Amino acid sequence: MRISVHIIATMWLYAGRLFQWLHQRQYVLISKAVCAHQVHSSSTGFTDSCYNGLYPGHIHTTHIQKAMLAVGSGVAALHDPYRHDMVAVLGEATGHLALINLRDKMRNDPEGYTILKERPRIRLSTLDLSEMASLPDGSFGREYLRFLEDNDVTPDSRADVRFVDDEELAYVMQRYREVHDLLHTLLGMPTNMLGEVAVKWFEAAQTGLPMCALGAVLGPLRLSTSRLKLLFTSLGPWALRNGHRARCVLSIFYERRWAQSIEDLRQELNIEPPPVIVRATEKRNT
Amino acid sequence: MAASMRLLLRRVIRLSHRYNNVTAAGVSARSGCCWAPSTCRCFSDVAGDRSTHFGFETVPETEKAKRVYKVFENVAQKYDTMNDVMSLGIHRLWKDMLLHAMHPQPGARLLDVAGGTGDISFRFLEYARSQQERQKRRTARSMQTPSSQDISNNYFTEDEDTPQESRAVVCDINKEMLNVGRKRADSMGISAGLSWVVGNAEELPFDDDQFDIYTIAFGIRNVTHIDQALQEALRVLKPGGRFMCLEFSKVTNPVLARIYDAYSFQMIPVLGEVIAGDWKSYQYLVESIRKFPDQEEFKYMIEDAGFYCVKYNNLTGGVVALHSGFKL
Repeated sequence: MRISVHIIATMWLYAGRLFQWLHQRQYVLISKAVCAHQVHSSSTGFTDSCYNGLYPGHIHTTHIQKAMLAVGSGVAALHDPYRHDMVAVLGEATGHLALINLRDKMRNDPEGYTILKERPRIRLSTLDLSEMASLPDGSFGREYLRFLEDNDVTPDSRADVRFVDDEELAYVMQRYREVHDLLHTLLGMPTNMLGEVAVKWFEAAQTGLPMCALGAVLGPLRLSTSRLKLLFTSLGPWALRNGHRARCVLSIFYERRWAQSIEDLRQELNIEPPPVIVRATEKRNT
Repeated sequence: MAASMRLLLRRVIRLSHRYNNVTAAGVSARSGCCWAPSTCRCFSDVAGDRSTHFGFETVPETEKAKRVYKVFENVAQKYDTMNDVMSLGIHRLWKDMLLHAMHPQPGARLLDVAGGTGDISFRFLEYARSQQERQKRRTARSMQTPSSQDISNNYFTEDEDTPQESRAVVCDINKEMLNVGRKRADSMGISAGLSWVVGNAEELPFDDDQFDIYTIAFGIRNVTHIDQALQEALRVLKPGGRFMCLEFSKVTNPVLARIYDAYSFQMIPVLGEVIAGDWKSYQYLVESIRKFPDQEEFKYMIEDAGFYCVKYNNLTGGVVALHSGFKL
């Protein structure tokens, strides 16, 4: 009697495990099927988005690997400043504490909290360019569009986050990257070296990301003397001052504020207008 | 009584494992076909949908070749730099050792499969050239006091020297890799006796009995059906021809094995990301090494294909193995 109960129990156990295993296989299959779709439809081709990660594109790295990535990408970025992917990797490998700080700031702000919940993305596909072009001059959306045209940039050139080991922090990092261009508009800085360094100083003061700090320190090394003087006398102190006193720029739902006047937005964020007009045409001389 | 029941159950579970692997491949192929324009896969259920490994991942066999192609297309530009960095330059020694073992005679015809950027072929032509020069010097030394008969003989034998020229054919499935190889050849000034052919190791675009030597260096682990590649190698070699394969293999020493594993999985993808901007391709490369059969098993595979006198040498403690076999 006891033996037969024992047998039935064992069979039940095995049956249960079998069912569980089959169920898991199903999930793997479904995810692999979704994977196949993403592999076929993604433009980059060889991005196996669901292969073992917390979010699409996530790659697990150990602490040693992160350290090596930080050193390697730092050297590579210094060697060839046009390797934006290396700057991005450096940011991800070194930014853990700063990202936690930023995320907490966002959570404590009601608008920032909404952003963390809704996860908006700034891409050409999500922006309505014709509507933004019809907005009046001086509005945030119109100025942003003007910035994109004058400097010949697109919001789609931001690399995806890969090495951040938390899904929410990865979104914060992605948001930081996508807000960078909007910061250029808010601060009135073009994408030449001087403008980029000014924005980096602002970001370093605002976010505390080590990558921004590094960029802020090493960027000026490539500037000419006249621009260095401009940076250290007026632009630099302005950027630092505003970085500290401004509201957290990641907590603003920019996508809902295109019609707002840019002066209004600056006042709301506690940012002074730039002391010097830096023109985009200066790119040729830098 | 309970034990035999458990044994029976285990067998049932194992059977269901196998069944699910087959249906799994079928389901994934069916869902894949909904997105892809080709519809023929929808109708072939179990027959054409066997799966194979792509690194540590499992993919349908039909997909592996495409994904391997993509990997090498991405890494082609930085391939040689990465080889030097990853192996700390030791890959040059491995390839030199292959050439020394080969010891090609002048006039030999080489087929370098998965030859990509041409490392083996360049070394082959250099070796053949230096052999020829050594021979010329030797004949010159022995002919320092020639008789008039010898001088007149020389005029006739000079014409026979040209057919002795060695020729190398670099065959690779990936056009990007061949392009990089051709550019290298041009910059090194090597062009005589070298040709570049696009081809699949499983289905070579050559007639039977064409080549004296067949080499495949660090390429055979990327082939979907290794046995087919070995069959093709047997086919295109002349009787007496030699098959030589350099490939990453199992490290015999346990201490070295642990260091090698740590280096492969920790360092190499990082190097791939920093230098080539491609973590995933180099992750695939180190995983594919682990999936390749070890020295003995590969030796059996070569013997199964019909080669004789199959031997292997371990280089760098088993990190790389050099397998060799003859077609008789």
